[in-house]
Amino acid sequence: MQQSLAETVVVPQLSPTARRRQLREKAIAGIITVMAFTGIAALVLIIVFVAKEALALFTDAHAREEASFSKMFLPQVARQGRPPTFTWQPVSSIPKVSMIPLFIGTLKTTLVSMLVAVPLGVAGALFAAEFAPRRLREFLKPIIELLAGIPSVVLGFFALMVLATFLQDTFGFTYRLNAVVAGLGLALAIVPVIFTVAEDALTAVPRSYREASLALGATPWETAWKVVLPAAAPGILAACVLGFGRAIGETMIILMASGNAAIVSPSLGDSVRSLSATIAAEMGEVVVGSPHYSLLFFIGVELFIFTFVLNMVASSWTKKVLKRLTGGAS
Amino acid sequence: MKHATRRTVGAALTSLTGLAALLIVAMLALILLDVLRGGAGHVTWEFLSQPPSDGMMRGGIFPALYGTAALTLLMTLAVMPVGVLTAVYLHEYAPPDSRLARWVRVAVVNLAGVPSIVFGLFGLGFFIHFVGGGMDRAMGYQTMHWAQPSILWASLTLAVLTLPVVIVSTEEALRAVPLDHRTASLALGATQSQTLMRVVLPGALPGILTGAVLAVSRGAGEVAPILFTGAAYFLPDLPTSLNSQFMHLGYHTYVLATQSPDIEATRPLLYATVLVLLMLTFALNLVAVIIRTRTRRRSANAH
Repeated sequence: MQQSLAETVVVPQLSPTARRRQLREKAIAGIITVMAFTGIAALVLIIVFVAKEALALFTDAHAREEASFSKMFLPQVARQGRPPTFTWQPVSSIPKVSMIPLFIGTLKTTLVSMLVAVPLGVAGALFAAEFAPRRLREFLKPIIELLAGIPSVVLGFFALMVLATFLQDTFGFTYRLNAVVAGLGLALAIVPVIFTVAEDALTAVPRSYREASLALGATPWETAWKVVLPAAAPGILAACVLGFGRAIGETMIILMASGNAAIVSPSLGDSVRSLSATIAAEMGEVVVGSPHYSLLFFIGVELFIFTFVLNMVASSWTKKVLKRLTGGAS
Repeated sequence: MKHATRRTVGAALTSLTGLAALLIVAMLALILLDVLRGGAGHVTWEFLSQPPSDGMMRGGIFPALYGTAALTLLMTLAVMPVGVLTAVYLHEYAPPDSRLARWVRVAVVNLAGVPSIVFGLFGLGFFIHFVGGGMDRAMGYQTMHWAQPSILWASLTLAVLTLPVVIVSTEEALRAVPLDHRTASLALGATQSQTLMRVVLPGALPGILTGAVLAVSRGAGEVAPILFTGAAYFLPDLPTSLNSQFMHLGYHTYVLATQSPDIEATRPLLYATVLVLLMLTFALNLVAVIIRTRTRRRSANAH
């Protein structure tokens, strides 16, 4: 927009100073445009270099034997005469590299955190956008921002030191650190995400919708529940998807509060090991270039792909809500 | 539905959602109170100015403070020019419905969603092994000089991680500069870059600073990306060059919380470290909020 303005104003002149000036402008615009590629380049480099280190799983014979796809995803007989199991034990005389316990662990913590964070975040956003007096709302938003600003290592610390003891005393868990503790810690991290995105979607609903509904005799809650919430639904779903993606990728909280035991079980009271925490815990001691090292990068690729897909879905839904509302109203 | 029922349902819904909001605030208060209660008595000048001693059972956190500050300073130096110029491109230079601009936005959104641990892997694979290894080969070092975890690689990794924060908040700041200012400047015969340097960027400066502060607060608290790109468990000396490792408040918290041989003995140190880290990030966030509300008020008055 500004460029078209500049073009109409700067009439081409032939004096050497003017030409030099034009040349300089072009150079500056060029440099700025090149800089804009950095974001794209970063994203491409991330996937390329994480995938590159994982590539050995497919090309290197030793790695292919030690960590083949069947060993990663199918049950394996660890010892002769025992039933086949899913075991993650990459450092051992016979490495066992099943990813199933890690998937289960990630899903368990994510499930707990979503069960807590979605109702809290969405309800809180509905309150802030529809029911709260303006003063309260102005107070609520910075508070949530503050919660979003807490480093995850502090949330992990809080879950480890305070939540874990409290929950064990209250519910009598066998293991002090488990999926519930980690999931609740995780919920603290994703509530602000869900709240912020959902609140944005709700406030994007034009005032005319509300006024029309109220004019027809609906009460404020009927308006909120039957008009505003459905109108903002894709945005709220996007908020949940974003929260889900954050929960899958979050590392420090789970690393500190989950117990880090790769167990296959349905119980939420057992310790779990997540994909992200596995990378964090094992990358420090691994031999560079070994199958185990490639395996950890392979987990990184999985995490990248999961979150990439979730992000694309969420952003397309957010766009949908904006398009629907602005397109419909004006 | 009868009028009374409708009112009851409305009241119930209002209080239920209000309760959810209250619960969120309560959780924040709980964390704050716990950390304050556990750490307030132990944050002394000595704690802030002494290195840890007795296998981290005593002493302070000075090297971790120093390391965190140096790390975020380097990160800011790396991320600000790139982030600001990208935002300038998106808002000032990109033609409307430019394909490149659209791709940049998609990349920024996705970059913001990449898990922080994946940034750590990226730092290890790209900065340490590829760039660092390449530098070692090019300079003919026999031993690893650059191809090892260091404060440089950790801060560059964090710079990539905080890039979206800077881009988004700078763009918001540019949007707040009234279009009239640009047109007036161009009408007076200034070129686009002169307008940018003398009118647009100064006008957007508070917002750009907000972005920098937010990036610092985010970067200072991230631990996962620096786990294997440069943070060290314990170092007797402060980092002196770009390729030395460093201690870090967040990493120190992690180590004290999970790897201490005697958690009861280290508890006061742990709480005090967390309190310092928390106060640091809160102070930064508060500064960002203050700058932002001030500029909003000012640009609201201008119209």
